[in-house]
Amino acid sequence: MGYTLIEKIVMKNTGLDNVESGSIVIVNADKLMVHDIFIPFVAQKFEEMGFKKIYDPNKMVLIYDHLVPTAKVEDVRHFKIAEEFCEKYGVKNIHRSDGICHQLMVEGGYVKPGDIVFGTDSHTTTYGAIGAFSTGIGYTEMAAVLGTGELWIKVPQTIKVNIDGKLPNGVTSKDVILRIIGDLKADGATYKALEFSGNCVENMSISSRMTMANMAIEAGAKSGLFVPDKKTAEYCNIDMKDLEYLQPDSDAKYERVLNYKAEDLEPVVAYPSQVDNIKTVKEVSGTKIDQVFIGSCTNGRLEDLEVAAEILKGKKISKYLKLIVTPASRKIYNEALDKGIIKVLAEAGAIITHPGCGLCCGRSGGIVSEGEKVLATNNRNFLGRMGSSKAEIYLCSPVVAAVSALTGEITNP
Amino acid sequence: MEKFKGNIWLLGDDIDTDIIIPTEYLALKTVEEMKEYAFSPLRPELSGNIETGDIIVAGKNFGCGSSREQAPEVLIALGIKCVIAKSFARIFFRNSINNGLLLIENEEFPDNCKEGTSVEVQLNKNIIYENKEYKIQPLPDNLMSIIKEGGLVESMKKRNKQVN
Repeated sequence: MGYTLIEKIVMKNTGLDNVESGSIVIVNADKLMVHDIFIPFVAQKFEEMGFKKIYDPNKMVLIYDHLVPTAKVEDVRHFKIAEEFCEKYGVKNIHRSDGICHQLMVEGGYVKPGDIVFGTDSHTTTYGAIGAFSTGIGYTEMAAVLGTGELWIKVPQTIKVNIDGKLPNGVTSKDVILRIIGDLKADGATYKALEFSGNCVENMSISSRMTMANMAIEAGAKSGLFVPDKKTAEYCNIDMKDLEYLQPDSDAKYERVLNYKAEDLEPVVAYPSQVDNIKTVKEVSGTKIDQVFIGSCTNGRLEDLEVAAEILKGKKISKYLKLIVTPASRKIYNEALDKGIIKVLAEAGAIITHPGCGLCCGRSGGIVSEGEKVLATNNRNFLGRMGSSKAEIYLCSPVVAAVSALTGEITNP
Repeated sequence: MEKFKGNIWLLGDDIDTDIIIPTEYLALKTVEEMKEYAFSPLRPELSGNIETGDIIVAGKNFGCGSSREQAPEVLIALGIKCVIAKSFARIFFRNSINNGLLLIENEEFPDNCKEGTSVEVQLNKNIIYENKEYKIQPLPDNLMSIIKEGGLVESMKKRNKQVN
């Protein structure tokens, strides 16, 4: 009997020579990501549980992103607790203002293909882009796994999503994942893993794959994985030979297989206020918008800023509209500066903000108010997510966002 | 077998964690301070009206969205005895068990009950409502033992006492 990618990862991790979906196994955590907003609770629970040390302090990565820069005076408390915790338990991997956690975990080389990683944020699924099994957990479980190094998981069934062909111009990996979520619905992959395959995804950059893995959770998935290939090996600086064990078997058992033809896909938006409420951009074109947001761990990477700059070069955004651009990390910010992308965006009228989670999680940097409509490249359009619960959030690709920023209404590229 | 009764608050499908407790309140120091904002984007009046022992009944995918553990914690702080839903999102499910909040899955019941009425639950056995019985699946042993020990913190405390 053959195995899927996630089953192979679990087998390697546990040393078991057979696993079956539905069985409960204890896995060893290769990396643990904790972010600023939950560190006070992780620290408190860790102490309450009576642990004296972290099982391996080098496996913990602490990232300040939700509260950077601070929006409220109380936010600083989180950093104080974090610094004390790290000092006390010998944690060295700390990022205080380098960008969004999920970008840094991959970009900084903390995660390798085949790793099992847990994080205190639900979009921890992002690392599936390089073939890691990564998923979000709560702070109590994080405290426990920091102490023991282990966590129980139920081996998930896998839904294979096969996408073949070439995406039409103006269609990005964001449109692909939004379409898939629209078809699966918000709970369609609950407790399951998604495994993306086909020559369309093989042609995608690691950044584009991260956009898709990031949003796997929006269909309820435990993980969204891409089979490591030459691009992965190159990105992670690993010999392809060392990744061979991660190739799924041809007779692997999938819960089901979804097939897409890339040529059939078109630009879409997630309509307020659910991520699975997918409509084509054509259907909603002409909807007036007050703000456009390009950024987040979903679409704040260099290729996202680059495509927006290509569209906005030498032009001005619509008069009453605010365009907020947030690179996902300091490294991306610097690269975008070097390439002249930031200049183009700023000249077009964009407000460029520091890498972080502020606007996407509704804490700072462009909060929307009652009656406003925002077109955004992040991953959630839940009620009140970016400010008032009476604002409307439409999710889209950076291409649709940039084109619409010029017209002031949702526009088909 | 434990048996209890409670008043129903009825909610729909896909009640996400941003609705249960919005991000802007997550940096408050305690869950006690957060609880008055529970469900505020959807039903701002709800948190003030919930009484100890009440039961939330919802549609599918309750607790979808973020990993915030304050979601089950505010429900416990408000005095919610258990949540009955057609289905639960994965992270919310784990977080609830780890905090000792009882979750019950049942496909039919949420479509057949009314807000403000009372329901009876027999742990791991059934729901009784208006003389009709709705069967429930028992939780797996490893999860039941975490709930019985009073949540994951207590279970780890016990472990660490044995280790040290």
